[in-house]
Amino acid sequence: MAKSITFTLNGKKTRAEIDPDQTLLWVLRNHFGLTGTKFGCGNGFCGACTVLIDDEAVRSCSVPFGDVQGKKVVTIEGLAVNGRLHPLQQAFVDNDALQCGYCTPGMILTALALLKKNPAPTRAQIIEGMDDNLCRCGAHPRIIKAIDEAAKKMKGGK
Amino acid sequence: MKKVNTTGKSAANEAAAIKRRDFFRILGGGILVFFSPWDALGIMALPADQARTLTKDYNAFVHFAADGSVTCYTGKIEMGQGIINSLPPMMADELNVAIEKVKLVMGDTELCPYDAGTWGSLTTRSFGPAMRAALAEARGVMVELASEKLKVPVSDLKVENGTIISVKDPQKKITYGELAQGKRIERYLTVKPPVEDYRDFTYVGKPRFRTDSVEKVTGKALYAGDLKLPGMLFARILRPPSHGATLKSVNTAPAEKIAGVKVVRDGDMVAVVSENKDLADEAVAKIEAEYTFSEMPVNDKTIFDWMLKADTSSSVSNTAGNIEEGRKESDVVFEHEYHDVYLAHAPMETHTALAVFEGEKLTVWAATQSPFGLQDGLAQGLGMQRDNIRVIAPFVGGGFGGKSAYQQGIEAARLAKVTGKPVMVVWSREEEFFYDTFHSAAVVKVNSGMDDNGLIKFWDYHVWMAGTRGAEQIYEVPNRKTTSYSRGRNAPPVHPFATGPWRAPNNNTNTFARECQIDIMAARAGIDPLDFRLRNLKNQHVIDCLKAAADRFGYTPGRLPSGRGIGIACGFDAGTWQATIAEISVDRNSGKITVKRLVCAQDMGLCVNPQGALIQMEGCLMMGMGYALSEEVLFEGGDIKTKGFDTYEIPKFSWTPEIECIILDRKDQAPQGGGEPAIIAVGAVIANALFDATGARVFRVPLTPSRVLEALKKS
Repeated sequence: MAKSITFTLNGKKTRAEIDPDQTLLWVLRNHFGLTGTKFGCGNGFCGACTVLIDDEAVRSCSVPFGDVQGKKVVTIEGLAVNGRLHPLQQAFVDNDALQCGYCTPGMILTALALLKKNPAPTRAQIIEGMDDNLCRCGAHPRIIKAIDEAAKKMKGGK
Repeated sequence: MKKVNTTGKSAANEAAAIKRRDFFRILGGGILVFFSPWDALGIMALPADQARTLTKDYNAFVHFAADGSVTCYTGKIEMGQGIINSLPPMMADELNVAIEKVKLVMGDTELCPYDAGTWGSLTTRSFGPAMRAALAEARGVMVELASEKLKVPVSDLKVENGTIISVKDPQKKITYGELAQGKRIERYLTVKPPVEDYRDFTYVGKPRFRTDSVEKVTGKALYAGDLKLPGMLFARILRPPSHGATLKSVNTAPAEKIAGVKVVRDGDMVAVVSENKDLADEAVAKIEAEYTFSEMPVNDKTIFDWMLKADTSSSVSNTAGNIEEGRKESDVVFEHEYHDVYLAHAPMETHTALAVFEGEKLTVWAATQSPFGLQDGLAQGLGMQRDNIRVIAPFVGGGFGGKSAYQQGIEAARLAKVTGKPVMVVWSREEEFFYDTFHSAAVVKVNSGMDDNGLIKFWDYHVWMAGTRGAEQIYEVPNRKTTSYSRGRNAPPVHPFATGPWRAPNNNTNTFARECQIDIMAARAGIDPLDFRLRNLKNQHVIDCLKAAADRFGYTPGRLPSGRGIGIACGFDAGTWQATIAEISVDRNSGKITVKRLVCAQDMGLCVNPQGALIQMEGCLMMGMGYALSEEVLFEGGDIKTKGFDTYEIPKFSWTPEIECIILDRKDQAPQGGGEPAIIAVGAVIANALFDATGARVFRVPLTPSRVLEALKKS
């Protein structure tokens, strides 16, 4: 049954009448048109659907929509400000840290949550923090470098 | 002007032959130059169901628009491999136009002339030179038009930055855009690629970063699953529990009870559709179905014996000398058997398609490596005219060969027809791991011999079910023979499920077997494995690769096993030569291998985009660690046991070794393939490094901890 859910989506107060048992992934994609959040496996193993909920990286395929009531959700579409790329996005571009690009939004949001907790991670900490996000094209070395570079540019900022 | 072979053809005839759509209606005028690179694509093997009469068709064209832009239309697709970056530099250089003016339209059967599919690392090495030749000719067409307009002889004209200028009177000039204004000109060319002088290149050979990355980091890049049409339904299809199972009875009532879900049938297909994806997922799981099973009595352990006993036909190739003579000349003889397993492609994007009917007209957006193949499949599967079917491949989220198969597109179209609504099919991860066209398991037996100087005297090579890609003998062996066994004509199937091309199809298998055997021989000879290879090689391409890799690695000679954990291998794929060196460590308690370093050197001829080629090499090495260390489809009959990323483990961040890739400077040679070659030796270098570290030999991939422990016990 549809229920009224109020939450913040990419900085905007949002209210939606939606079945709270639907997964956040498909509500974001199908109801809000935020298709940057990708379906990869549907059971939380790959990380392609990662979004931020209250600054935590969460697998949106495994979260009922009702859970975001009163919370802040950030998707890949919410990172660039006025067309200016977020430092993490810019670092992925600068390092060609992607190929097919399908895992990229989930990678960037997982990295963002990591940097929010640990603004100056070591290489080992980046690897540990990213290890459950899968990439089949093998962009791993470049993604590690991009996150390291972004962390240094952000200097512990946002 | 560059010389190309052309034969003029009557536009009217060709237009009739290819049922040309009204391009000018779509493109709004300009100048169109059609070309047909098929002559250059002799190596292209087409699946039988996709065979079209290629030579009569013009499979690409370039459009000069009034705004000065030049667009190449091609049926190739972008799946991460980066041709979106490697084609524009070639275009810009041939046309003498700024790269910003160059555009690509890809993978749309309505706009792009026929292309069989994007695979085999063929785009740059085969399509590229043909396109360049055609563009050189297209530039000639533009210069002729300018000559008429400016009243300046062709010989007095040059092209600079998209402007055709009189050499004698620079005031007399006209741009491509101005020439195209108000024109509707069609030209047809048949071209053969000339050998280009690389010194004329402005863009080719310079590193070029991805042009699609901003779209991809912002989530704006659209993949098939990101599209949405009014009234669109998500479909989930009832799937059998195993390959070879047939539906006996079905009770769809529990699914029908769910509000917002409809059960639909089309022939043997039972599906649920809903505007709500989660409800479709929930409903399909509620369907009760009974099956009859007729499965092959084979599993992932018995498959190798099964293959050896199968009804096969054999073909012999790479023969020279006489095996028996070679045996007599040998002081030491070796006989070993190597095994390779079924592998999944496991792209991050599962097979996805959106289909919609508008009257008789069907449009399908699909995650596919073969839009035209899908168009043919749809024509056949739905009994439709090809002209009524449009297939569009948006960005593809990884292919690796797996998206040459397009079952999902036909499923979406059938359901769109039955429901009368746009239908989106997104395979679940389980479906992806079930219906994937797996890399084939294989058996290789190598019988070889050498003399006391470590010179190989004979090589009797037998391969089951993998074919001979990568089985060409790269070493100097006077007596040699390759026998390849495949399913016999009219013989029962060997595989319990579908198999198909997987990045560098089967070259991984053959390179693994050959390079392990070479290492075993080097160890027995007491010769350093690099030295042993160099003694037995004459091909300068691969010698240069080995030396470049050894140099970068800082390789020092050692006798196997040296205890250092260093492995060497080399090989050939898609026209490209390569050598790889690995350094690993082994946990003797757990059997776990950690790859510390991978160095790969590659001779790919002229490298069109060094940045893109490097990334492909890195990707190959990372992906290759998967088949080397963990990836294996486990099955019992037609029942696939590995249907998730928890059971089918692909490489992860924590595996990332130090990776160094070297592309040899070969600007004066024709460009070769770049998407696959660097993956072929990863299995062999890791197996060889394990032997070097421990003296234990594993004769099969993947080198899982349990297999390593077992080999350690034996050594």
